[in-house]
Amino acid sequence: MSTIVFIDTRGEKLPKAAQEAVTYASKLAGGPVTAITFGGASGLEALGAQGASKVIVARGVTAVDGQQLTKLVTDVAAKEGANTIVFVHDGTGKSVAPRVAAKLKAGHVAGAIALPEGDKFKRNVFSGKAQAWLQVSSATKVISVMPNSIPVGKDGGSATVEEYSGDLGPARITVKEVRKAGAGVPLPEAELVVSAGRGMKGPENWGMVEELAKELGAATACSRPVADMHWRPHHEHVGQTGVAIRPNLYIAIGISGAIQHLAGVNQSKVICVINNDPEAPFFKAADYGIVGDAFHVLPKLVEAAKKLNAER
Amino acid sequence: MKILVLLSQVPDTTARIAFTNGNTQFDANGVTFIVNPYDEWYALVRALELKEAAGAGSVTTITVGGADTDATIRKGLAIGADEAVRVDAQPTEALQVAEQVAAYAKDKGFDLIIAGKETIDHNGGQVGGMVAELLDLPYIALASKLDVAAGKATIERDVPGGVEVLEASLPLVLSAAKGMAEQRIPNMRGIMAARTKPLTVIPAATTDNVAATTSFELPPAKGAVKMIPADEAGKLIELLHNEAKVI
Repeated sequence: MSTIVFIDTRGEKLPKAAQEAVTYASKLAGGPVTAITFGGASGLEALGAQGASKVIVARGVTAVDGQQLTKLVTDVAAKEGANTIVFVHDGTGKSVAPRVAAKLKAGHVAGAIALPEGDKFKRNVFSGKAQAWLQVSSATKVISVMPNSIPVGKDGGSATVEEYSGDLGPARITVKEVRKAGAGVPLPEAELVVSAGRGMKGPENWGMVEELAKELGAATACSRPVADMHWRPHHEHVGQTGVAIRPNLYIAIGISGAIQHLAGVNQSKVICVINNDPEAPFFKAADYGIVGDAFHVLPKLVEAAKKLNAER
Repeated sequence: MKILVLLSQVPDTTARIAFTNGNTQFDANGVTFIVNPYDEWYALVRALELKEAAGAGSVTTITVGGADTDATIRKGLAIGADEAVRVDAQPTEALQVAEQVAAYAKDKGFDLIIAGKETIDHNGGQVGGMVAELLDLPYIALASKLDVAAGKATIERDVPGGVEVLEASLPLVLSAAKGMAEQRIPNMRGIMAARTKPLTVIPAATTDNVAATTSFELPPAKGAVKMIPADEAGKLIELLHNEAKVI
């Protein structure tokens, strides 16, 4: 029995979360694994470093058509005699992994945050307010790995790349258009995030927030009221009902820290809170805090970040 | 347009999260339960909007749960669903719930089956995809916009670095994310009407037993926050670089 890992590598470079998933699969297997991907990606040999010995790529598939990709994954699983199938817990993984699990009658761990202990996998529940151990009792296991849960392996060799030649049937989902977002770091993958809330008083004041984000190489985010008032686009809303993120650094400016907001960001490694209300609940969840007016504090942060950039 | 909406009961977003029975069960003591926000605000409301726009059709909700979920199910009826179905089983795990839903839906001819993108308690986001596989239907996860015309659905979803616009023929399964609709507050007429709308309880189907949550734990308490005077705010950048080492 063996372990295989399915990843989406359609971007310009190999996504970090994909490299993490290959690393995770290789550690689970205790040795090299087979990786499966699709589309036109190049440079797939490099996944050897994370422990892939072979990468099977279905060149003809370009959209996330869950039925085609489920056939691809289960075909390879059958050929390789795999009993463990690893995914990334991202948009593509969320489209395909549950299908594969249902087809194979496999227990599915949605968002494993660490390697298992025996057949028990740890995952976040209650929007990060707690963790749960999920015991998988089926012979075949499907595990979706939460991004940023394991360091990327670097010690492996080079992988061979094979093209998948089977018939995946017609696509029932077609991509009509992809609208690129503006420049800047996409929020779900960002390691550094600068976020702001109603304390900014209006959308015209976001220049300072964007400037700090630019100096730090961070993505920008916002609280729910800000998105609901259309000061910022909805895809920037982080929180329980928006995007849940787990960056290395989260800087919250003028956000009080309601429990629903915290649920979306409490997995961040370091949290900084800037608020003019010393009683803001967010300070209880913070590592660093500044009580002060955003319009007074932000220029100082921008200046210090510029100084740091000049020095390095 | 015949639409099925998957509706889960979850603890209120402000509920205190605690566990009981040796950390094996959620402590429901004093907790208010609500319709899972993604199911209610996005999946159900968009289903109602599509039915209203078409001027015909029906919106059915389905919940896997005990009689304790009936009040939550009535909330869905008050918002405007035409009828509700409750599968009389305690939900244990995603595949079990999906098999219950698929067993009900398989011969009903739904054009659309819409789930919330995840529940706010177990955060799995699995059931929609599993139902799609069990019914051999296409599935689009994390849809933030949905329009239907001439038997085809146009869907938008956020992808890394942009927005993808997808097209698929009905029947189709979707999971709904923020952006798809705006929350609707039930009015008094809706609440009165909900009392007499059909809530059908059906027996559980046989399901597979592949996984179970065995215990819970709370995250370790956060250490004390380090405060920096506002006039020396620049120091924060220095600390993040030298002490926390995140920039």
